[in-house]
Amino acid sequence: MLIRNIVGKEYPPFTVEVEKRWIRSFAQAVGESNPIYLDEQAAKAAGFRSIPAPPTFPFTLIMEANQSFMVLDELGVDKTKAMHVEQAFEYFADLCAGDVITGRQRVIEQFDKKGGAMHFIITEIRLENQGGEHVCDLRTTVVVRAL
Amino acid sequence: MPAANFDSIRVGDSIPSLSKPPFTRLQLALFAGAAADHNPIHVDEDAARKGGLPGVIAHGMLTMAYLGEMLSDWVSPHQIRAFSSRFNAMGMLGDAITCKGVVTGKSVVNGENRVELELSAANQKGEKVQMGKAVVALP
Repeated sequence: MLIRNIVGKEYPPFTVEVEKRWIRSFAQAVGESNPIYLDEQAAKAAGFRSIPAPPTFPFTLIMEANQSFMVLDELGVDKTKAMHVEQAFEYFADLCAGDVITGRQRVIEQFDKKGGAMHFIITEIRLENQGGEHVCDLRTTVVVRAL
Repeated sequence: MPAANFDSIRVGDSIPSLSKPPFTRLQLALFAGAAADHNPIHVDEDAARKGGLPGVIAHGMLTMAYLGEMLSDWVSPHQIRAFSSRFNAMGMLGDAITCKGVVTGKSVVNGENRVELELSAANQKGEKVQMGKAVVALP
């Protein structure tokens, strides 16, 4: 498959504010019953400075910042031929409502499988909070199917 | 259930499972908004059919959020060190997902007690739509 290799490419940083209502809406849409995601007093009683983000919430930050799959636009890939097939998170510090998160995305791996019928693109986004503390790394794997 | 403890937990132990109600159109619409995922294949039947799908499909990140819900029902999000999932199959409207997790390893990293887990999210037919992994710190 003729997809350019852009491994090593880094994108400009982006910044997103994490609002309390946003985490709550996310938790409600998922159907979370854990009070730490819904009630600030419960979150504080559990040792958080405010409502914490559920484990997959960092992906929502990168969606909000239009960072997800931007690599597909850059490579000119038809998005109907692309699928998000794996998502990984590594956590280093709490992410809570009130945080202002800065992220940086880079392309870390590209490879073909099945004789080029499938092309894999792996990107990584590093998130830091307003204090410069490393909060989370996200690793996204997308597969592009050849026609 | 008592809080998870490193000394008493054993490889092969299951963590409490989580059974979710079937995906509804309303939930997919709410999740599309809250998760900032506006791909029409999750909310617009016409767009989904045009894309060759039988109908709207659930967000892969919604099923993964269920696995995350199971994890943080078991331990505080403070204790989750790593979490990943592979999307094997699509979640369809009406599918009811059940999440399970099994301890596959125990280790001490930089003085911290950790367990490794294998996770699965299966539909009502028992098909594993996602398979994941997690690393959790335990006291």
